[in-house]
Amino acid sequence: MGVTANNSRALPWALVTPALGWTLLFFVLPFLAMGLSSLTAHEGGSFTLANYSQFLTDPSYWRAMVNSLEVTAIVTVISVLLAYPFAWILAEQVPERWQRLALMLAVLPFWTSYVVRSYSWLLVLSQNGVINRALTNLGLVAEPLQLANTRFATVTGFVHFFVMLLTLTIFANLKQLSPSYRKAAADLGAGPVRTFLHVVLPLTLPGIMVGAFLTFVLCIGDYITPQILGGNNELLMPQLVMMQIGRRGDFPLASALSIILMAVVTVAYLACARWLKIERA
Amino acid sequence: MSSNLTCILKSHLRAATAAAALLLATGAQAADLNALIWCDHADPALLQPFEEANGVKVNVKEFEGTGAGLAIVEQSQPGDWDVMVIDSIDIPRGVEKGLFEPLPEDKLPVADLFPEVKMDGSTVVGGKRYGITEKFGYNTIGYNKTKVDPADMQSMAALTGDKYKGKIAIYDYYLPVIGMAALAIGKKTAELTEADLPAIKAELLKMKANAKLVGEVTASQTALATGEVDILVGGGEWVTAGLAKENPALDFSIPKEGAVLWSQSLAMFKDSENKDMALKFIQYIMSPEGQARLATSSCYWGMPANSKAALTDDQKKILRFDEQPGFLARAQSYPAPNADLDKKMQDVWTEMLQAQ
Repeated sequence: MGVTANNSRALPWALVTPALGWTLLFFVLPFLAMGLSSLTAHEGGSFTLANYSQFLTDPSYWRAMVNSLEVTAIVTVISVLLAYPFAWILAEQVPERWQRLALMLAVLPFWTSYVVRSYSWLLVLSQNGVINRALTNLGLVAEPLQLANTRFATVTGFVHFFVMLLTLTIFANLKQLSPSYRKAAADLGAGPVRTFLHVVLPLTLPGIMVGAFLTFVLCIGDYITPQILGGNNELLMPQLVMMQIGRRGDFPLASALSIILMAVVTVAYLACARWLKIERA
Repeated sequence: MSSNLTCILKSHLRAATAAAALLLATGAQAADLNALIWCDHADPALLQPFEEANGVKVNVKEFEGTGAGLAIVEQSQPGDWDVMVIDSIDIPRGVEKGLFEPLPEDKLPVADLFPEVKMDGSTVVGGKRYGITEKFGYNTIGYNKTKVDPADMQSMAALTGDKYKGKIAIYDYYLPVIGMAALAIGKKTAELTEADLPAIKAELLKMKANAKLVGEVTASQTALATGEVDILVGGGEWVTAGLAKENPALDFSIPKEGAVLWSQSLAMFKDSENKDMALKFIQYIMSPEGQARLATSSCYWGMPANSKAALTDDQKKILRFDEQPGFLARAQSYPAPNADLDKKMQDVWTEMLQAQ
């Protein structure tokens, strides 16, 4: 009996040990190493808080965080606004037998390389690209617009990717929604708009928030898209981190900036935790 | 005590990352030659003749920036790497860390190098040669001669005037472009101090105000080649020569203020277990044939350091080989700041990038 009880206690631990080991090896230890590194001086390796104070006192450093937050907020809001109707059409208007194909088409952008996709956008948005040629040939603009190498280009590249991600999470949420909720609302006299605003939207908020949080995390830590599409006309945090490593190999400062970035992501997580439902576990 | 703990933790972490680096190594074997390189050395047209002649496989790992390269070495086991391509000015950094082996001058064509690119101030430390310059060129003004007036490209004033506003890209590497800004305001690149930084920053901000983008190698090259911009600040033969056949309109100038001379060197690791083969590799790269292949690598072209490089007449014309004596006379050295000034220069660059 005692052996059985011990076994029943050991089994869950045995099952989670690989995941715990993985997390320890590839998250906790590297994170500790990064934290340790962030508290040392680049030259000499002595203890210092200078890496953090550099971020707080140098406007060009915290400007990178402001830029990152602005771009991430814009991308997240636009992606949600585009993805929700798209997901709703897929879930509610497309016949069940076509939904799988429609979803596959929706995630097609994921099948191409991230770098290739970003360079493709650069070609589309460039001075001699499709958009500028169309605008000038139609006589809508006299001179090509500067679309590439701007924040607009960075946001466009991000939104193209994240709309698909959000569509998937919202679609999954919409499909889980029992039709009886809408029927009940209709029975109680609510019209389609009121049903959507007071029933469907609140119940799909978890799907929106999961997608929005993933968008936030992936967007704020992305180096490739702003580097290729933004033209370095402003620096975002990942670019600032990479800059410290390239020539000077200043890993302590790069670590401090990464820790600060992680702290921001943690705050975002705490803000979204209510909808992410992790506390259920 | 905490310092000891830090050291122990760091030591263990380094051991762990070194083990990981070994696992990630590109199938390295003891008889292979393992080289930390820039992209121009990854060209099969350069490596294959050496591999076939010596029955050896050259495993290459590309890196960008000396800091990143030295970090790879620190996270590897001693002996993992045999040779390294490095900015000539950064050889003393590797020597300080005890990484490099002195090279036998009598077995290398040192006498055949263009005298101005021997860079003995950097490649020779404590009377011993630790590096040999293999390729060089200029960070100067690259341009499309069908879109801009070549006469304007003879002065850096064109970069900050209104005539080409919005038609300019800036190469995203702070040392050479800071060097160019210094030249534009009449400073010598070898004598830069912290006191010069405010004036340099003001010049950089003027350039930024005229620029459409600040891009790394591929982005800036693409922008010039596709007509997105007509001028590349910091460009030179490394941008224009490789594209000469497809786009003969691309050219570079050495303006009256001068240009910044860049150079890359080869060094051998002290802990290499394959020093004979490493030396053979360096000798091959420095040979007239190896130099011609390196100079015309598919990744980027540049001037061979060996004046006897076996280039064709066409290749020499594209590289403006015969004009080199004049160019070298007007070029100034690559800024080689100490660690403190280097940090301050990078911060100035960050401020320039963030300026709206």
